[in-house]
Amino acid sequence: MNRQITHLFGVVLVLFTLLVVFTSRWTVFEAKSLQNQTANRRPLLEQLQIPRGYIYADDGTVLAKNIRSGHGPTLRYSRTYPTNELFSHTVGYSFISHGSAGLEKEYNDQLAGSANEFSSIIDQLSGQKRVGNDLHTTLDPAAQRLALQLLAGRPGSVVALDPRNGAVRVMASVPNYNPNNVPSQFKQLNTDKAAPLFNRATQGGYPPGSTMKVVTATAAIDSGRYTPNSIVSGKSPKILGGVPLSNCCTEGSGNYGPLSLTEALAKSVNTVWGEVGEKLGKQTMFKYMQRFGFDSRPKLDLPTDELGVSGVYGSKGQLLGPSDAIDIARVAIGQERLRVSPLQMAEVAAAGANGGKLMKPRLVDRVESPDGRTVDSRGPAELQTVMKASTAQQVTAMMEQVVKAGTATAAQIPGVTVAGKTGTAEVANGTANQAWFIAFAPVPNPRVAIAVTVERTQGEGGTVAAPIAKQIIQQLLKGNG
Amino acid sequence: MSARSRELFGLLPVTLLVTAGFTAVLITRSSQTGKVTITYGLFFLGCCLFAHIFIRARLPNADPYLFPLGALLAAFGLVMIYRIDPKLARQQAEWFVVGLVLFCATIVFLRDYRVLERYRYTIALASIGLLLLPRVPGIGGATNGAYLAIHVGSLQFQPAEFAKIGIVIFLASYLRETRDVLVRGRIPRISLKHFGPLLLVWGLAMLMLIFIRDLGSSIMFFGAFLAILYVATGRISFIVVGLAMFVLGAIFFANHVPHVHERVQIWLHPFRPDLVESSGYQIAQALFAQADGGLFGRGFGLSLLQLPVAGGHTVTILPAAHTDTIYAVITNELGLFGAAALILVYLLFVARGFKTALMAHDGFSKLLAAGLASVVALQVFVIVGGVTRVIPLTGVTLPLVSYGGSSILANFVVLALLLMISNEARRVHTERGGVV
Repeated sequence: MNRQITHLFGVVLVLFTLLVVFTSRWTVFEAKSLQNQTANRRPLLEQLQIPRGYIYADDGTVLAKNIRSGHGPTLRYSRTYPTNELFSHTVGYSFISHGSAGLEKEYNDQLAGSANEFSSIIDQLSGQKRVGNDLHTTLDPAAQRLALQLLAGRPGSVVALDPRNGAVRVMASVPNYNPNNVPSQFKQLNTDKAAPLFNRATQGGYPPGSTMKVVTATAAIDSGRYTPNSIVSGKSPKILGGVPLSNCCTEGSGNYGPLSLTEALAKSVNTVWGEVGEKLGKQTMFKYMQRFGFDSRPKLDLPTDELGVSGVYGSKGQLLGPSDAIDIARVAIGQERLRVSPLQMAEVAAAGANGGKLMKPRLVDRVESPDGRTVDSRGPAELQTVMKASTAQQVTAMMEQVVKAGTATAAQIPGVTVAGKTGTAEVANGTANQAWFIAFAPVPNPRVAIAVTVERTQGEGGTVAAPIAKQIIQQLLKGNG
Repeated sequence: MSARSRELFGLLPVTLLVTAGFTAVLITRSSQTGKVTITYGLFFLGCCLFAHIFIRARLPNADPYLFPLGALLAAFGLVMIYRIDPKLARQQAEWFVVGLVLFCATIVFLRDYRVLERYRYTIALASIGLLLLPRVPGIGGATNGAYLAIHVGSLQFQPAEFAKIGIVIFLASYLRETRDVLVRGRIPRISLKHFGPLLLVWGLAMLMLIFIRDLGSSIMFFGAFLAILYVATGRISFIVVGLAMFVLGAIFFANHVPHVHERVQIWLHPFRPDLVESSGYQIAQALFAQADGGLFGRGFGLSLLQLPVAGGHTVTILPAAHTDTIYAVITNELGLFGAAALILVYLLFVARGFKTALMAHDGFSKLLAAGLASVVALQVFVIVGGVTRVIPLTGVTLPLVSYGGSSILANFVVLALLLMISNEARRVHTERGGVV
């Protein structure tokens, strides 16, 4: 019987080997795919045991930190936002029950300390616990607070950038929410008609109105077809795109004689810019729009589903291009189903401010490990050259006139040269306005580029948006060398 | 070194494991450090030392490694259960003491285990009776659709744990006597005399599928039967026919007994959206726990088993962590290497069982030792294979490691029988001047 016993042990050996093989299958070979299963809550739950990294403002203000509870296997960290609703849309939130948004979502791997799997294995072996990395953002709490205060509850948005390096200084969207309330009020926030969870600064799609004329002016001059002194006809109405266009009645009769392009921008003459756009043609207009960033997702470090694309939209919500039947004259003055985000218009201002070179916008400056090492530095990066330096200079001079003697005198700052452009787009069948103002200052070396918009107001860009921009610029220039 | 000194030496790793294991669990619960837990460890070691002295006195020639390996498994189980739920670990420690008493009682009262041969039909009937107990109204009942346990008052008892010993004793005894008939002639004739017992045991295994609806137990019993049959007759043909019959029967019942059918569906498609949150939850979570363990594991006491939610409630992440899925917890905390080490300990335990069978001098002892070793090996295969999705998951315990009184008691009886067989075999061997 001994031979059989030996054989039998051989069978047991095979069966047990099979057990080890299958254990390896789950622990090694298929571990990754199992961890990505939606029914697997472990990766999420584990994150509760990791002290998530802090999020800081530019001045060191803590925007997100942890509350610790329990110990040993019951140790849990939960998130708290000391500045409440101040940076709701940019910082976002992270809760096991309701997922995450904003920087909390975009930088989750860094904040959870899992971005570098190899070092975390080493850490595990050496008995170190996983700890998240900290985010140091470029945000300015004082200016942000002022922006929220000036919007005073009116739905709208303010985006301010440092045009020299793309740092986002202010990104306000009203209505906002208190991220600390997300676990208790998520359903309510999510179904609220005012859409407080929606980041208007990056997702909003508004008609830009006359602020679009900065893009048209850039195309006109950079293409060499016009100079700021080119004399154009200001008569109204004109037949453009096959239908008559007339100037609005707010600035006199709206019927001008011959005038320079600079004057046409300062007075925001629609018929002039419509005609310029039509003469430049769809190809040229789209070329410059795309250089500014239209038609593609903004390169900002937020989750892609929180970034909207600016451009001309068709009736089915699709993006239209130069080959589609578009009334380019009306695009050139910010009408014709043109939808833009405040971030996009701030980038339009920033490109001109930075000598024609558009810097990549960014919220996070650097990611630091808990021991102070810089894990990831996201310094200034040039996105693209939108226009020649000479064009930037000429467009700047034109925009200076808008503030000095045009529609935006409300944005004047004593001792500081401001370049800007107002916009007022009719919405809700002409019963309300989308008020806009984009600007940068101080000329000749701008440190702030800004876009302000207020939804459904009775006022105009020059009266509603420009005064807000003025105060935020002042605030940002105060502390910003 | 004498066999008994080697045994004592073999208990050293057990001491180390108990100390290291409890320390590790305590470190992760630094706030709950108490003398109580250290006492557990010391008490456990005291019990082992007592058993060692008992073996020294009663079975001086017994295999020196079986007991330390068994103690290692029990110690490991105790640490894991303590880590899952300290209250259960206390009960398990109590069961361990009762098990030890039963272990000693078996050795004292069953001075010559060969008397068991005489009562084989009584034992067989009693075992079948035990298996059917969970179907008795009032004390039995279904857990997750299978009839595995009986409840008397607050006590839960899995009769299959004891039935497995009884059936192995019966088969060893029966086949010792009939093997000559079975192997006569070059080709076994197709007659009721030859295949009768085969058909009977097959029929029993199939009845188990119907009555207690448990594929795992039926694999365990029928597998042990085939193992003993093979050792007794050496005929592959029996095994092939037996396996074929079992597979055909299992396929038939998988399609006709809803509970077995469901288990097979879960086994094949655990992540199917309609199963993963309901009947497939347990196996899916067990696999997630293993995936999360990786090569080295998360460390003792660091597995996520429950999540406290608002209002003092907890959400169970891994169901039956202390019984059916304890292997997943082990893999989660100690990784592939820890799990493989555990399998290796079982393999060594089974190897000592087979070694005992090899050394035994009479047919009954050989068949009994080989049968007991096989049934332990099969039980490990059924539960670990279930948790790792080699076969459908069924609710048997991981011998000596899982929480459960009946499992501890039954496995102590297995240990006692193996030690008695090896004591007898090695005594004769030594008397004849052989080296052991």
